[in-house]
Amino acid sequence: MLRLPEFSYFQPTTIAEAVALKDAHGDRAMFVSGGTDLYPNMKRRQQEPRVVISLAKVDQLNAIEMRDGGIHLGAKLTLTSLASDQRLQAGWPAFAHAASSIATPLLRNMGTLGGNLCLDTRCNYYDQSYPWRKALGFCMKKDGDTCWVAPSSAKCWAVQSSDLAPVVAALGGRIELVGPKGARTLAAEAFYNDDGIRYLNKEPGELVTGLWLPEIAGARSSYIKVAQRGSFDFPVLGVAAWARFDQQQKIAELRLVLGAIAPAPRLVPDLDKLLIGRSLDDRQAIAAAAEVAWRLARPLDNTDQAFSWRKSVVKPYVERALLGLAAR
Amino acid sequence: MLVDKITVNLKINGLATELRVPPQKTLLEALREEAGLTGTKHGCELGECGACTVLINGSPQLSCLVLAAACDGAEVLTIEGLANGPELHPLQSAFAELGAAQCGYCTPGVLLAAAALLVRNPSPTRDEIRQALSGNLCRCTGYLQIWNAVERAAEQLRTR
Repeated sequence: MLRLPEFSYFQPTTIAEAVALKDAHGDRAMFVSGGTDLYPNMKRRQQEPRVVISLAKVDQLNAIEMRDGGIHLGAKLTLTSLASDQRLQAGWPAFAHAASSIATPLLRNMGTLGGNLCLDTRCNYYDQSYPWRKALGFCMKKDGDTCWVAPSSAKCWAVQSSDLAPVVAALGGRIELVGPKGARTLAAEAFYNDDGIRYLNKEPGELVTGLWLPEIAGARSSYIKVAQRGSFDFPVLGVAAWARFDQQQKIAELRLVLGAIAPAPRLVPDLDKLLIGRSLDDRQAIAAAAEVAWRLARPLDNTDQAFSWRKSVVKPYVERALLGLAAR
Repeated sequence: MLVDKITVNLKINGLATELRVPPQKTLLEALREEAGLTGTKHGCELGECGACTVLINGSPQLSCLVLAAACDGAEVLTIEGLANGPELHPLQSAFAELGAAQCGYCTPGVLLAAAALLVRNPSPTRDEIRQALSGNLCRCTGYLQIWNAVERAAEQLRTR
């Protein structure tokens, strides 16, 4: 049987109290919300906080409201509530769709927005039981100093596996944080760091309290997840597309983000000259953009599916995600 | 490190229950080891199978990934509480009649996930049933009988 290790447990009722507890216990403490990422990791001794600070009773984190020209979503909203929210389905369909594609209905009833945004990076050599990892020799992400995917690498290549991360980056979302020094917001794209160990640009004492997504006239979004099964699985590729269209339905602004191919979501650069001013009927331009994304994507051999296959499907799925921006 | 036990007051199958558990005890472990309710099954214990599904305040969740300590004030329904005394829940009868259980290990979790679906949606389509049960693995792979049984139970619940 897989038992959780021992820890002290706190259930603060306010954000301030939660942050003060984390400040007092430092690196020994972790926040938990739904627990669907942290508790399996604790059972396998991948993460070993001695103090667990539950957000279950912090009702301030449940808010969902239209604010500042967009929508504010509290970090504790469950993935089920995000997937079924009609405002999100209408205004930010890629986001609602991505939420609905995560794990299983049971896990979505438990898992939260904040937890998915902070989802631990994943790797075939890391997401294993303690005896498995010990038998091979621990990897650099936990207890060891070698990267078993790229043994000469000084960097950890564990994969960003959240479905929401590439979408919030594409949508131009802002992550809301509260720490001992106060509150701040960070562009979603800047929240993620291309390192499997230090994968969030967040101070250790900071708590993700919510997310803000802008509402922009003429904008549409899409998300495509590629995974082994239609349920349960993490993405082996996620493609998030966002574009603002002008009155003639030509692309005026565009962001395309790839998930699950690197330790951070990757914004595909240099697409403006290919796609701005074009319509989605311009299949040559779409294909050229997919080619740029394909060149950028360099998945390693550390998730489900052969990495060569994961790279080979970048082109068709990027094309589908861009065509998914069509008006409905 | 010695951590004090936590007192948790919750309702299990309608019965007010007090548990004294260390923080690291999951609801699954507390149900089986403290409350003596072994109908809820240990599967993968990592959220990858659905065998330990129970209803927490009506919502199907995985008891292997919920702390018992986090359930203070909650209403928990396990498979032991699904029947009404000696009268089986229509889902249970339909599962028995249509052979929707083979080894039976996934059955408690499947029944509770299905029961929650039928409360929320009394007339689910086959696709909605598949979707609602997509977090519960059956390794005997008897999904077809399971979906048929949920459809039959839904029909019986609608007509009574």
